[in-house]
Amino acid sequence: MISGSDPALTPAAPDLASPDLAASIAKLARQDRGRLLAALIARFRSFDLAEEALQDALMSAHTHWSRFGMPDNPQGWLLTVAARKAIDRLRKSARDRQAADEIAHLAASANEDDHDIPDDRLRLIFTCCHPALEAKSRIALTLRTLGGLTTPEIARSFLDAETTMGQRLSRAKSKIASAGIPFAVPGPEAWTERLNSVLVVIYLIFNEGYFASQGETPLRQALCDEAIHLARLLDRLRPDEPETLGILALMLTIHARRCARLGVAGVVPLEAQDQALWDKGLLAEADALLERAMARRAPGPFQIQAAIAALHSQPGPRDWHQIVLLYDSLLRMDANPVIRLNRAVALAEIGALQPALGELALLAEPLATYQPYHAARADLLAKAGQHDAALAAYDLAIRMAATKADAVFLEGRRTEVQ
Amino acid sequence: MKYMALIYSDPALAPAYGTPEFGAMMQGYGALNAAMKTAGVFVSAEPLQGIETATSLKVRGGRAETMDGPFAETKERLGGYYIMECADLDEALRYAAMIPTASYGTIEVRPLADYSR
Repeated sequence: MISGSDPALTPAAPDLASPDLAASIAKLARQDRGRLLAALIARFRSFDLAEEALQDALMSAHTHWSRFGMPDNPQGWLLTVAARKAIDRLRKSARDRQAADEIAHLAASANEDDHDIPDDRLRLIFTCCHPALEAKSRIALTLRTLGGLTTPEIARSFLDAETTMGQRLSRAKSKIASAGIPFAVPGPEAWTERLNSVLVVIYLIFNEGYFASQGETPLRQALCDEAIHLARLLDRLRPDEPETLGILALMLTIHARRCARLGVAGVVPLEAQDQALWDKGLLAEADALLERAMARRAPGPFQIQAAIAALHSQPGPRDWHQIVLLYDSLLRMDANPVIRLNRAVALAEIGALQPALGELALLAEPLATYQPYHAARADLLAKAGQHDAALAAYDLAIRMAATKADAVFLEGRRTEVQ
Repeated sequence: MKYMALIYSDPALAPAYGTPEFGAMMQGYGALNAAMKTAGVFVSAEPLQGIETATSLKVRGGRAETMDGPFAETKERLGGYYIMECADLDEALRYAAMIPTASYGTIEVRPLADYSR
């Protein structure tokens, strides 16, 4: 038996009707794709070959399973057949003697009747998120190989043409092969940097789903779900990494408020959200994760952001003093302008409006094209009674708004100031 | 796999000859070469003379055109290279990070093309 397999996938009646069979195979392909691909890539060291062979095996499954019923261990069946298909493909393309020897060796290992699929997904995650790949390609490749999304779905999520996304994926795979990007979990000397690269990919996927950089649909649930799924997987494969726990707590906290975030009049700001709509179960899970992380006493940016998000999700008035302190420690790790902006907003909340506006003035240049900067600046100017400047800043923020919901919300604010 | 590490830097940022910083840099190169040789990674390495010694050439319509200076006008100039025999990109990057010039310049790591495979 494969550990961790879904009970819903285990044997079905032999005379499975074909639409049901097709659905079962599609479900298998979605749920076990990452694990099967990882096992095939571990053996054949080629993303393309692994993908083609898995595709071949799924095709065979349609024919064989409709005739003989679903095997006891469908994942094991798929892996064995995919390995044979891969060897067939290698044989067809083999040009020299050495290749033939390698293939014979691979064939021998493929015939071992071993149905236990080793979990090589941790190696696969680190390969897909390797910093030698372009940032967007890391995201796409991770979603394609470890997530349950198809290339057209990924293309749609990032508003790319399908062919463009296909080319991006194939460029990334070919760089992995030609530059010798290893299929390996990094060693201790590179661990922190490489783990961070993985976490950043996961968080970008989540943000793309949550804040939808463009378009009319503000919440693209599937991407948020994929990001959370990936972080859970990472935590299962390498448990108790404080920053992995941190990112999971952060995403769950934000995700818990999703139902309260969108009203009929656009995005609902945190202070106006109906807290009854927050998912208390997710918030409790996030709290427990953050506690586990902090017990390890290795603070990092994702843990601090999770702590800030948790303070924003407390019932009752928010503890802005604590939030400012947390931003201070975050800035010591990563002095980036977006964090300075968030800290300035928190400063204004504890009454330090002038220092906050002073900080915003310093950020005008680095954040000139960052829409939330103009929205925050408009709010602070309005608070300071500088109405004309506030209106101009709202106009700019509305023009730059990425989603309709954001624009509608800001127009409401602007009207209040007028 | 063989990798080439191309060492780029802005000469204005390089430590001046004769200063303690220059001495430390040269020691760093010495230690790196020794470490690479011990690990069996070292294939070859050479420093280049400055770009004031560079001559660029192209042949157009059968005629050679020769020009003073490097081909590209950039702040960071190619100053030398290593060729390394490494298991994979991660190992190559690990050694590239030990190149002293990496602390103020940029190291470009590329696999050599092997047409015999």
